[in-house]
Formats: sequence, C-alpha cells, structure tokens
Amino acid sequence: MSISEHDLQAYVDGQIDPARVAEIETHLADNPQDAMRVEAYRKQNQTLHALFDPTLDEPLSGALQRRHRPRPQWQRYAAMVGILALGLVLGFGLRGVTAPALGPMALSKQAAFAHVAFVPEVLHPVEVSAKQEAHLVNWLSKRLGGDVRAPHLSSAGFDLMGGRLLPGEAGPAAQFMYQDHRGQRLTLYVKREQARASETAFRFAKENGVSVFYWIDRDFGYALSGDLPKGDLLKVAETVYRQLNP
Amino acid sequence: MTTDHQIETHIPRLRRYARALTGDTNRADDLVQDTLERAWTKFTLWRRGSDLRAWLFSIMHNVHINQLDYRARRKEEPMPDEPLEIAVAGHHERQLEVRDLASALAQLPTEYREVLLLVGLEELKYEEVAKVLNIPIGTVMSRLARGRERLRLVLSGTAQTALRRVK
Repeated sequence: MSISEHDLQAYVDGQIDPARVAEIETHLADNPQDAMRVEAYRKQNQTLHALFDPTLDEPLSGALQRRHRPRPQWQRYAAMVGILALGLVLGFGLRGVTAPALGPMALSKQAAFAHVAFVPEVLHPVEVSAKQEAHLVNWLSKRLGGDVRAPHLSSAGFDLMGGRLLPGEAGPAAQFMYQDHRGQRLTLYVKREQARASETAFRFAKENGVSVFYWIDRDFGYALSGDLPKGDLLKVAETVYRQLNP
Repeated sequence: MTTDHQIETHIPRLRRYARALTGDTNRADDLVQDTLERAWTKFTLWRRGSDLRAWLFSIMHNVHINQLDYRARRKEEPMPDEPLEIAVAGHHERQLEVRDLASALAQLPTEYREVLLLVGLEELKYEEVAKVLNIPIGTVMSRLARGRERLRLVLSGTAQTALRRVK
C-alpha cells in the first residue's frame, strides 16, 4: 500500500495502526524529505507541550474558582456581614475623614488599567525588581515628587516583586507589584494628589472585573488592585494603609 | 463524582488550550470562564457516557468563534504582534525556538491553529477533533498537514518574509 499524507501525520501523532508502523518507517528511510518533515512535526508537538504545559500547574485564578459556581445563599450573606463588619472597623479607624472628591473615581480606573496591562507579564512584570528596592523607591520618589514608599505585605502573604513608572493623567504615577506563593498578583498604584488637609475613606470599585480599593492619604492617591475576594483585598489594603501610617 | 467535580477536573486542560489558542492570559481566562458558564447551563445536554472533555472542547470552540465574531464586529483587539510572554527554563537556544513557535503559531489562521493544538497539544484523536470542530475528518487532515507545513517553513525561515507582519 502506498503511503499517504494522512499516514505520515498519523505516524507523527501515534494515531497510526500499529501494524503499519514498519511499513511507514521503511518509507521514511527511503524518503529523506518525508523523514525530515515528520521529524519537524514531531518537534512541533514537543515544543507545544514545552510552551503550554506549565499552564496546567498554574493556580486557578480567583475568578475561575469563584465565579463558575454560584455560592450557596448563606455564604453570600456571611460574606456581606463580614465585609460590613470590616468596613465598620475600618470606618472607626478612619473617623474624621471626609468623603472623596471627584478625583478618586479616575484613580481606580487608571489603577485597574495599569493592573490589567502588567499583571499577565511573565518576562517583564516590573521595570525595577525588589532586589534594588532602595533604588526603586528613590527613583519613583524623585519622579513623582514626594516620599514614595513601597509597603511590605509579607504579613498578608504577598511579596514585593518590584515596580515601574507609568504615565498618569496629571503626571507620572508608580505601580508596585506583589505576588503570593500561588502566583496571584496584586498591584498598588500610587499617584500624586493635590495636597489636602484630610484623607478619604477606603472606596471600592470594580473596574472591568478587577477589584480596586482606593483612597487618598495626604498628597498621594493609592489604589490596590487584584483578583481577590473583596474582604481579602480589603485586609491587604488595611495593611498597606497601616504600613504607610506607622 | 458530582457534576461539579467532573467538570472541574478538566479546567487546567481547557485553560492550556485556551492559552495556546488566544495567546493571551486574560483572553484565555475569559474564554475558559465563558465556556464553564455555558457548560453548567447546558450540562443536561451532555450525553452521559460520551467524552466530557471533548464536549467541553466543542463548547469552547463555539464560545471562541462567538468571541472572535464579537471582536471583529467591534474591530478591536487584533492578535498582538508579540502575543506571548513565555518563561521557559533551559538554555537560550531552546528558549528562542520555543518563542519562535509561539509567534509562528499566532500567525496561523484560527482554523489551522485549532486543529494543530487539539491534535498536537491536547492529543485528541482525529475523529474527536472532527466532532469538536464540527467539520469532516478530511478537513481536519488537510488543515493539520497545511498548518504544520506552514509552521515548519516559518520556523526554518523560508516563509518568513511572506508571513511577517507589517508594523
């Protein structure tokens, strides 16, 4: 029987009738062109696995775990009560603050855009890594014109990866990126705000599926973005706030 | 095993395929998400005893087509020029080879990429691929042969000029 293109492909994929393997191999020995192609196609399959198999071991993002099955009703209520309680505690901590002006709306959006842009990066998630933290902080402070600090969130399970400078509407902004042991990433977006006497409360926004807590503290606006349940993200936001206001 | 668990065990492979198909982490996650949502609502349509994984892939195929149509209508998000950021352990040459394949793959028409990935990466039988994509097996074979040959030529440099994108 003659060897068809179908046979060659099936040989590459191990989908050939085992009884015909010897026949195909004889053909390949006599036809170096075909043998070369078969070899190249096999290599393509191997490279595909090398490329994409690591995806199998990645933790499922919060979105995939959470959203594909509606939670039982009682869990939802429990979560609401939890968030409310945290909000009360936090509200007490921030008593005396005023409502945010119009500005912070834009802040959460800008932060979410920057979050979505850089969080998927594998090769270049940050411009300057946490190894050069002092340099990073000095550089960003200089560019933003103020005392920028990179909070440490290890207590919340997130390590600083580094940061980058970003263009903002009214001037440069900064982004710090954090990662936990499962590869889940958070970003803290920092931009200069007009100096004001008071702070704003924590605000929450959902921007294109990204959860963002944002607030203004003295002359900086902060926005913490991540794909975490709201309550968890709030806890981290509190840690950030405490670190910046020791 | 409950329905939930049955479907859940397939999520990592659905995601691997989605990542390879879209070349973009966020779009891949959206695709998996939409696929899962549709699978939950249509689960009663799945014939028990048939291959659940193949069924999920066929849902993903349809969702993906819809998303592509939607994007085409809105004229947004063409395939990115550098679609994949890849971390691969190993020496430099191997990394280049892997990245070259990734970009060559992104340049293939979607119909070819689907077949190539379902066979080469997901290791589905040709008949299963035909069912998943709802095309005759002859079409599966011709797309497979042409897609592979095109990748080979791009990777060996022969077709580079013909396929290079205009920036």
